[in-house]
Amino acid sequence: MAAPVLEMEGISKGFPGVQALQDVSFRLFPGEVHGLMGENGAGKSTLIKVLTGVHTADAGLVTIDDVDTLIRGPLHAQRLGISTVYQEVNLCPNLSVAENIFIGREPRRFGRIDWKQINRRATELLARLGLDLDVTAQLGSCSLAVQQLIAIVRAVDLKAKVLILDEPTSSLDRGEVARLFSVMRRLKADGVAILFVSHFLEQIYEICDRVTVLRNGGLVGEYPIGELSRLDLVAKMTGQELTALEELDEASPDVVKGERLLALEGVGRTGAIDPVDLDLHAGEVVGFAGLLGSGRSELARLIFGADSADTGVIRTGGGPVALKGPRAAIDQGIAFCPEDRKGDGLIMDLTVEENIILALQVSRGWLKPLSQRKREELVGSYIKALRIHPPHPYALVKNLSGGNQQKVLLARWLITRPKLLILDEPTRGIDIGAKTEIQKLVVSLAGDGMGVVFISAELEEVLRISHKIEVLRDRRLVAELDNDGTLTPEHILQTIANGAADS
Amino acid sequence: MTTAADVLRRSPVTPNRRHIPVFVTLGLLLLTFSIGSVRYENFGTPQVFLDLFIDNAFLIVVAIGMTFVILTGGIDLSVGSVVALSGMLCAIGTSKLQLPAPLVILFVLLVGTGFGAAMGYMITAFQVQPFITTLAGMFLARGVCLTLSENQISIENGFFDAVALNSLRLPGGNRLSWGAVTALIAVAVAIYVLQWTRLGRNVYAVGGSEQSAMLMGLPAGRTKIQVYAISGFCSALGGVLFALYTLSGDPTHAVGMELDAIAAVVIGGTVLTGGSGYLIGSVLGVLVLGVIKTILSFDGTLSSWWTRIAIGVLLFGFIALQRLIGARRKSRRSAPS
Ligand SMILES: Nc1ncnc2c1ncn2[C@@H]1O[C@H](COP(=O)(O)OP(=O)(O)OP(=O)(O)O)[C@@H](O)[C@H]1O
Ligand SMILES: [Mg+2]
Repeated sequence: MAAPVLEMEGISKGFPGVQALQDVSFRLFPGEVHGLMGENGAGKSTLIKVLTGVHTADAGLVTIDDVDTLIRGPLHAQRLGISTVYQEVNLCPNLSVAENIFIGREPRRFGRIDWKQINRRATELLARLGLDLDVTAQLGSCSLAVQQLIAIVRAVDLKAKVLILDEPTSSLDRGEVARLFSVMRRLKADGVAILFVSHFLEQIYEICDRVTVLRNGGLVGEYPIGELSRLDLVAKMTGQELTALEELDEASPDVVKGERLLALEGVGRTGAIDPVDLDLHAGEVVGFAGLLGSGRSELARLIFGADSADTGVIRTGGGPVALKGPRAAIDQGIAFCPEDRKGDGLIMDLTVEENIILALQVSRGWLKPLSQRKREELVGSYIKALRIHPPHPYALVKNLSGGNQQKVLLARWLITRPKLLILDEPTRGIDIGAKTEIQKLVVSLAGDGMGVVFISAELEEVLRISHKIEVLRDRRLVAELDNDGTLTPEHILQTIANGAADS
Repeated sequence: MTTAADVLRRSPVTPNRRHIPVFVTLGLLLLTFSIGSVRYENFGTPQVFLDLFIDNAFLIVVAIGMTFVILTGGIDLSVGSVVALSGMLCAIGTSKLQLPAPLVILFVLLVGTGFGAAMGYMITAFQVQPFITTLAGMFLARGVCLTLSENQISIENGFFDAVALNSLRLPGGNRLSWGAVTALIAVAVAIYVLQWTRLGRNVYAVGGSEQSAMLMGLPAGRTKIQVYAISGFCSALGGVLFALYTLSGDPTHAVGMELDAIAAVVIGGTVLTGGSGYLIGSVLGVLVLGVIKTILSFDGTLSSWWTRIAIGVLLFGFIALQRLIGARRKSRRSAPS
């Protein structure tokens, strides 16, 4: 085998109160896709940030092309040929799509930035990933998934010899993932070394040549993917032996359909979603399935009143209601956990406890604060149930790993015990163990009579826990399927495709 | 297959939403100017309009620097004091020490730039709040002024006199002072820098998200030092223009000018949290303030405090406008999911 393009040896990194990395070694060869695996909080993103100079390691050595290198920061890393897509989309929302792809290396003519060329090339680059969008639009107006793709386009176009992708697929659907993989294969053929992080085992097995597993900040080992069964891989990540992967997914849904909570009659919003009829019942999990841009999030936002509908009526048990804004929805017992934890969701500078308690406190009113004991009890129980790590209510949310931040956001809404809970990509970036816990929790909440709307780009997950599946396409509701246990992801994809034939 | 693309194409994208505040300011300028023209004789002439640039040349230049700083999400409270200090240095250099004027001006510009860069360095290297750092800078520069002299020093220098008393003749018997010409050149250069150079784009990126800019490999720290240096340079240049305008240096000149500059930038549509706004807006903002002052001077019966009241009302109006646009944008944000 050729010499590694990148070697990290004995890397340790501690944060106040946490040893994020302890004596971790890692190598990356040209022309390979290398999976970095580990549960939430294992230290994957920290290792990446040490590599790109965002964090300085407490100990350890980084060698690039056999030269000892001290990486001083992201700019320096980029100059050394390391290009990175970080876990949280890190682009500038106020700049255009095209500018985000080219900023820092803008093509220039006669010393001035050549905007025409930037826009043209950005359009071409995005087209290669199957995206055809207005590149002069502000990045902030794009959905999370599109932003993720734009970040990937930027990183790929830097033409680096090392490409780092930290959970690039967490909000992508199958089609997007397939396109990303074809790009990765092409780069790989060109000899680029790719570091890939994902919690989806299928993706790891599809694209990776080797994996390095981290657990709790320590190195477990490096393995060729062919020599490691899924079961072994999960065992290495969790440190627990499983007898079968199925142990992880046994969230079989049993419907105890209760009273009707909400009826949508012809509810729609121009440009967002065509009028929809939909009944939501207590005790029922309704999955929204559809590809990127199908309108699944838009529909959820209408139900919650985050956007206002311009046609139709919404009825509750008691009659028609005007859901004017989230506050009204919360008063009706509706809770909404948005997909963008960084933008819409968490308050990064507050602690885990403060973030979790927020929605509950708002719905109680500020004049009735929860007692200290009650808070601790509630928060403590959710930290345990969702395995938030570190299990510390006073940790600042910004210091948590991505998956653990997601759990905090989820806890915030679970704790309010709403009548109807809308979850938009609730398991984004969450490791397989915790994901199953969350799915079980959702199912058990429904069992206790809560109505749940569950949105996910991952069809398997939607199938696993929903009783009823609403299939969306092109901003229309094209079908409602009863999940009687015989449905497969292919059925849904087929329905989506047929929906296309109808229109 | 539906891609995000189809969705985006279908959603009604109005790319010029961010230009709205600038157009509002332009409308406001036209409106106030028309009101003046209708109410007062001799108001609606080209020369009165040109006088806006002549009387506010220094403020335009100072507002340029302030725009750079605010676009990164910072603030510079030291500009007024630096204007005064620069005027003092001009007066002392030319009239007390009898040094050649170009040399003095060069020195003043260097001092201003260095002072700004030093504050920028404090802000980036030690993570001190811009508000605090530049507040300290404000006291410092004002203090130095007063140690240099407690009284006004008039400028007696051939170069200054020649530049101040002559002006650019325009067709129709109109004229534009060299100070105003300088300000307009500065505006043109600044627009170019912001729109067509990497430095300018980095300014917007840092204002949009400093963390992201850093992770994208942009020199975020360097950019912040640069904007404070630019603001220092602009204040020094503004000070020179102010010295030309008044032909004196005075330690109590330009007290509170930082607030006028900030007001002009905000009225011009730049958002105080950074990342959004245009330089031309700030220029229009200065002109709006200028028209209001001119109206008051034409009227003669109104107290000059009305200027302040008008500025206050305008500021409220513009902040409300920004909130509105911001809120609309936010609700659109999640639309193309
Ligand atoms: N800036 C920080 N300050 C304090 N602790 C931190 C900081 N960044 C990370 N940590 C801690 O370091 C540990 C590893 O975090 P890291 O983000 O590397 O996890 P990860 O493997 O990427 O997890 P995920 O799959 O959830 O993204 C976590 O316990 C986290 O709380
Ligand atoms: Mg991570």
